[in-house]
Amino acid sequence: MIVELGHFALVLALGVSLVQMAVPAIGAHRREAPLMRVAEPAALLQFALVALAFAALTYAFVVSDFSVKLVYDNSHSAKPLIYKVSGVWGNHEGSMVLWVLILALFGALVALFGNNLPDTLRARVLAVQASIAVAFLLFILFTSNPFLRLDPAPFEGQGLNPILQDRALAFHPPWLYAGYVGFSMTFSFAVAALIEGRVDASWARWVRPWTLAAWLSLTIGIAMGSWWAYYTLGWGGFWFWDPVENASLMPWIAGTALLHSAIVAEKRGALKSWTILLAILAFSLSLLGTFLVRSGVLTSVHAFAVDPARGSFILGILIVFVGGSLALYAWRAPMLKTGGLFAPLSRESALLMNNMLLSAAVASVFVGTLYPLLLDGLTGMKITVGPPFFNYTFVPIFVPLLCLVPLGPLLGWKRADVKAAAERLLAAAGLALVACLATFAVAHDGPWLAPFGMALAVWLVAGAASEIAWRIKLFSTPLAESLGRARRLPRAAWGTALAHGGLGIAVAGIVGVTAWRAELITSLAPGESAEIAGYTLTLEQVGLRDGPNYEATVGVVRVARDGRELGTLLPEKRRFPAERQEKTEAAIRTNGFADLYVVLGERAGDGKWVLRAYHNNLAPWIWIGGAIMALGGAMSLMDRRLRVGAPTGARARLAPAPAE
Amino acid sequence: MTRKQRRAAFIVVALGILGLAVGLVLYAMSDSIVYFYSPSDVVERGVEPGERIRLGGLVEQDSLQDLGDATVRFNVTDFVETFTVTYRGVLPDLFREGQGVITEGAFDEAGGFTADNVLAKHDEYYMPPEVADALKKSGNWQGEGADKSHSETYGQGSYP
Repeated sequence: MIVELGHFALVLALGVSLVQMAVPAIGAHRREAPLMRVAEPAALLQFALVALAFAALTYAFVVSDFSVKLVYDNSHSAKPLIYKVSGVWGNHEGSMVLWVLILALFGALVALFGNNLPDTLRARVLAVQASIAVAFLLFILFTSNPFLRLDPAPFEGQGLNPILQDRALAFHPPWLYAGYVGFSMTFSFAVAALIEGRVDASWARWVRPWTLAAWLSLTIGIAMGSWWAYYTLGWGGFWFWDPVENASLMPWIAGTALLHSAIVAEKRGALKSWTILLAILAFSLSLLGTFLVRSGVLTSVHAFAVDPARGSFILGILIVFVGGSLALYAWRAPMLKTGGLFAPLSRESALLMNNMLLSAAVASVFVGTLYPLLLDGLTGMKITVGPPFFNYTFVPIFVPLLCLVPLGPLLGWKRADVKAAAERLLAAAGLALVACLATFAVAHDGPWLAPFGMALAVWLVAGAASEIAWRIKLFSTPLAESLGRARRLPRAAWGTALAHGGLGIAVAGIVGVTAWRAELITSLAPGESAEIAGYTLTLEQVGLRDGPNYEATVGVVRVARDGRELGTLLPEKRRFPAERQEKTEAAIRTNGFADLYVVLGERAGDGKWVLRAYHNNLAPWIWIGGAIMALGGAMSLMDRRLRVGAPTGARARLAPAPAE
Repeated sequence: MTRKQRRAAFIVVALGILGLAVGLVLYAMSDSIVYFYSPSDVVERGVEPGERIRLGGLVEQDSLQDLGDATVRFNVTDFVETFTVTYRGVLPDLFREGQGVITEGAFDEAGGFTADNVLAKHDEYYMPPEVADALKKSGNWQGEGADKSHSETYGQGSYP
């Protein structure tokens, strides 16, 4: 019953979305307030209905109602509760419902807090948002209905893929989706602005927090996914340039560009039409990511069931939204008034440079991800574009960008004094040089690029610190005054410094793991030892352990260094009888600077066990850096100036006349 | 600087970055792409020793041997041609005899294939599309495996 209610709610949500798509748009066109006012209650109702459907589905999973096909396929009564819940989105159908739920939530937020937006803009934004909901609700109801029943109901479910039964992965999809769907908001704003034919400061001020929120969620989602891959896939890598990883990286880079260009659009009124284009591209890349992951065109760890109908449906959605919005852009963008002149050396130019390099980086990832698909489609040749491709393309584009990062925030708007900015970075440059030499002295047998990588990391962190030091006039005024300034500094400034500094820490981690990783593959009988990076690993014994819904083979590995006992590591191989699958659990010992990473392999013939170990220098910093970047995003989001969203309602409605 | 010159300067920079990106992509394309071969493809098209490729097919039944020192050897077959693959390391959890596998590495002069990466991604329904296509081509395709709907079939070990 509850399940049918959920299905019915989803159908109703489609009906409401159709109304929300059409009526406010007509109202905005005819300037009829009663029609436009339909948008807010419709958005709230749509959210309530989708939430009801999602709750019904969650209920079916929690009570293990195996008469629902989706639950039968993806759940098992012996599964811990957390994985019953995460099983809701651990499959194609449920994850699409989650997608629409987040979409509806964001629409409802605009309806609730958008009072200070101009009426027509708000109506159009919600109408565009509803059109996305219509597309995806149709997709769910016609090709991916999660509420299908089985008759007779099976006694037990098939279980959730063990690999998904993991705490980080349980929450990786919601964050990633919040990011993808967050860009639907900026997309809706961009399309609404194109229909309106004008972009003003209040528009840019609304777009920035949405971009920030989407970027923040995507950062967390990507970091979680990469962390999971690191400790679960059992070979200690953190990023594989897998097409599906790239599918999430592309909107992230485009979103990063959007974040920066929206600043220029808000503060200086320049780069407006470029910002709109980026908003369209960021969401288009999110849709492309959904298409790549959901259509089964990719061979990847995420490839869900291959169903041609679903693939073509999403491709249709992709073509309509991307094609339609780009056509609208081509038609309307020339009408947007450009403003805000700036000199080639100015903060605007620095942000434009950032945008150009980020766009080139997106393009290189795009080519590397889609070229194999295109080639396969055209010629039937199967190729793999792996890490070497991206090392040759993405990295050389990204490095100059990283070099410029500390400079940007120190430049003034309009016309900058580059000499003064450079002087403020003198200390950071000195530290980077010291880091370069120190790295070379300590690790001169590593790759020759590594010292420069570490210098870059120090440059980013010290540059971010220099910016704060300059803003609070550290050392040039009494300490008390500096502290006062630090307290009064807008949160967005702290956010920028944290995000840029976090990037530096992540770079250090990436360089550390890439340049100085030690690897050991050996087979040991119980009692035997092996050495890696100064540690002695002794396989004490191998035993069995019972988990809630699995049996684990556990290796007890004693770790010692210079004769000093450091404890034991317990790498596991888990066997899930319900799903008839195995899963490796690496054991990781970290001291904050390096990870000792041990995986238990197969049993070899002579009573020995294969053991694989890595010593990953600076590995934890990758995710610490990512977390700091996300924290920076959150700080910026809490900035008063953004929270207010737009000027007061009265002023926003007096927004400048359309530019013709 | 006039507005026109300023715009020209930006366009030059933008074109420069675009050119850089295109150049890098073309260079990387020529140098770092790995082709997929089925065992029959290897025989038909030929592969230079040392050239990095992906060799995919089914793991032949009863062909897995343990050579000690964490090294294994197994045969990859599409029922027409068969090659022996040597691999040192931990096999992915989903590696099974009789099921699909992709190995990445190179042939040596003697015709043996040494893999440094073994990718297995299947459950009882699934096999890598490349392998399925190769089997279909060689006429040894059984069942509708690749098209069969199943819940998530995440690969384990290292399927990128």
